[in-house]
Amino acid sequence: MQEEVKNNNIQTAKAWKPKILAIFCNWCTYTASDLAGVSRLKYPATTRVVRIMCSGRLDPQFILTAFSEGADAILIGGCHPGDCHYATGNYKCLRRFHLIQKYMKQMNIEPERLRLEWISASEGKRLAEVIGEMTETITKLGQSKIKQQVANIEK
Amino acid sequence: MSNNKEEIRIGVYICHCGHNIAGAVDVVGVAEYAAKLPNVVISKDYKYMCSDPGQELIAADIKEYNLNRIVVTSCSPLLHEKTFREATTKAGLNQYFMQMVNIRENVSWVNENFDDATEKSKDLVRAAVQRVAFQRALEKQKVPVNPNVLIVGGGIAGISAALTMANAGKKVYLVEKESTIGGHMAIFDKTFPTLDCAACILTPKMSSVKNHPNITLWTYSEVSNVEGFVGNYKVQVTRKPRYVIEDLCVGCMLCVEKCIFKEGKFPDEFNQGLSKRKPVYVPFPQATPLVAVIDDKTCIHFKTGKCTQTCKTACDRNAIDFDQKPEIKEIEVGTVLLTTGFQAFDAKKVPYYGYGKYPNVFTSLEVERMVNASGPTEGHVLTREGKAPKSVGIIHCVGSRDEKTHKWCSRVCCMYSLKLAHLIKEHTGADVYNFYIDMRTPGKGYEEFYDKLLHEDVHFIRGRVSEVTDWITSPEEEGKLIIRAEDTMIGMVRRIPVDMVVLAVGMEPRDDAQEIRKMFNISCSTEGFFLERHPKLAPVNTFTDGVFIAGACQGPRDIPDSVAQAGAAAAEALVLIDSGHVELEPNTAYIVDEICSGCKSCLNICPYKAITFDLEKNKSSINVALCKGCGTCVAACPSSAIKQNLFEDVEIFSEIKGIFVE
Repeated sequence: MQEEVKNNNIQTAKAWKPKILAIFCNWCTYTASDLAGVSRLKYPATTRVVRIMCSGRLDPQFILTAFSEGADAILIGGCHPGDCHYATGNYKCLRRFHLIQKYMKQMNIEPERLRLEWISASEGKRLAEVIGEMTETITKLGQSKIKQQVANIEK
Repeated sequence: MSNNKEEIRIGVYICHCGHNIAGAVDVVGVAEYAAKLPNVVISKDYKYMCSDPGQELIAADIKEYNLNRIVVTSCSPLLHEKTFREATTKAGLNQYFMQMVNIRENVSWVNENFDDATEKSKDLVRAAVQRVAFQRALEKQKVPVNPNVLIVGGGIAGISAALTMANAGKKVYLVEKESTIGGHMAIFDKTFPTLDCAACILTPKMSSVKNHPNITLWTYSEVSNVEGFVGNYKVQVTRKPRYVIEDLCVGCMLCVEKCIFKEGKFPDEFNQGLSKRKPVYVPFPQATPLVAVIDDKTCIHFKTGKCTQTCKTACDRNAIDFDQKPEIKEIEVGTVLLTTGFQAFDAKKVPYYGYGKYPNVFTSLEVERMVNASGPTEGHVLTREGKAPKSVGIIHCVGSRDEKTHKWCSRVCCMYSLKLAHLIKEHTGADVYNFYIDMRTPGKGYEEFYDKLLHEDVHFIRGRVSEVTDWITSPEEEGKLIIRAEDTMIGMVRRIPVDMVVLAVGMEPRDDAQEIRKMFNISCSTEGFFLERHPKLAPVNTFTDGVFIAGACQGPRDIPDSVAQAGAAAAEALVLIDSGHVELEPNTAYIVDEICSGCKSCLNICPYKAITFDLEKNKSSINVALCKGCGTCVAACPSSAIKQNLFEDVEIFSEIKGIFVE
């Protein structure tokens, strides 16, 4: 009880805002992110982008590491089915996404904290919308406790 | 990797980009923050990092502070990574020791809260500082460029590019879907603003293409498969059967004359359906190559098998071959130019203008054929009843500048509407009314042409037309089509009765543009035209190296602009070819033999079959020449035995941790 009050105090002292790791493929979603910028679309400063060449490079451990280091959510962006710059990398990404979803369920992590979106190079607007929506969802959901839990286990 | 235990000395550079970044992020604060991060020796902010003094600043610091890692915090790596890599190389440091942080496109241009944006920038800089420590020196791979070029689409852009490349001594394969080259320009009668006869300036170029020793022209053909990468593409072209042997046919038209159909029966595509053709035909007299084609959808032989084949017996050169099959050609080229053009907006999609409902509503392309002396009406502008119209209304922006159809301006319609107004007036003396939203005439001699029309007694009504109707309100309107439009100049709605309506249809992406885009691995912009690498600085390049775009496949444009772009695309391709080789990013994957357990998980996952299994060593191995660097196998390897240059696990993990761990 006391601890809860303390936590709340900390949160109000420095208003918590979600931190979302965004893993984008170079050819579609990263380019869409550039387009959103060039078009001066506005979205909340909640994402931190890591660029990989293809969403097929997505290692499930990227997700788990990010959660255990304090990510409130993770957004994965790749090319639309059939549009992958490397033919089929996005399908492999999708398989791993399903795998991670299962694992998250087992670990009792809210499914909203992981999202996969196909966003093509021309869909800057879509990108801004997704980030807006996700920020809203995660803000409602609250801060992720995974980092704390992992720390407790390690203790 | 820092396995040689060298001391990591990082320089961090924060760019203001004028006010672009500095206006939305506390750049000085970020620089001060970065200075305190581990391994950072020096951290500076500067007005324009990409400028010469900015680049020199990095080079000077590398020497002065003995830096061995650089983090440039500015715009997107897709824009300036090359610039800063070169700056790093110039200072004697391997270019892959430089990492970029994008705080312009990803932060200052999109995030409004100053504090949040600054916080985000700090997180990203911290991540890059942690990542860059693990980056390794790499060398680019050099691969030779095949000097041959493939051009897809034989309109004016493709023709111009083909001739330029061929004249420069390169081997050109020009592939055209239709049975003749010429594209839309061949359909036109005259070209604005000079009123040059389109055929007179186009057909000599078409013959040059046909006769050029360096050009292989494949009409009635389509690209069916593309493999490879910049400098080394393997392309499969399917030549559709035209049932006439191209090398034997001389275009004498005997087969057409002797066809079992005495008269044309099927809509002639070239004349926009205004005339009829036979199943065997030559699209137009100057078709190139001048070779007949048999349409197997309408030919009786193909439909019933019971034709007496009068065309075949008429041909004294035995050029007709009903057994022709699709032929697959395999070619190797180093560069590709896409000049696939546009399609005209389908006027039936705006039913309120009555196209397809009222016979005397025509599209601009139909009128182009009518005013053409070799067209279906031999140059006479006629209503469907065969009479010369006394009044004609031209409606601008059909399928352009319209929320309901296409939002973009098609750029050519104002000018060609003025041209058609002039030609209709010249041919018939009719009263011509132009209904326009705004008159857009930017171009050399264009405004002057508009001015000339203003003095030619052509009427101009400013306002969007609401409908074309045959609902008449007075006896004078009997038998006429009524154009209802608001005249915004006088602030009232007008009804103009006319004998003929011309719809100035706009330009839109071709239906097959998406297929082509996928085949050549390029992107489209939102509206569906091919996406250029940079709208201003790389307008004919695409995100796929070695593939260039020109003409109306990239966006609506007129003939002069298409030709100019074709020249630009040809020049870009020539730069690649004449440099002899390309440098490929070294982001390929490799296998660490000591870790590979030989589980074979990676074998089937590679989309390029670059991974093979060495039975003797019981380990997988990657063929670097085939690897394109997607990293899919890296993520799939259960033992982490596969690494990807530039995107090693340790680099990505340190970047992720860097974002969250302060």
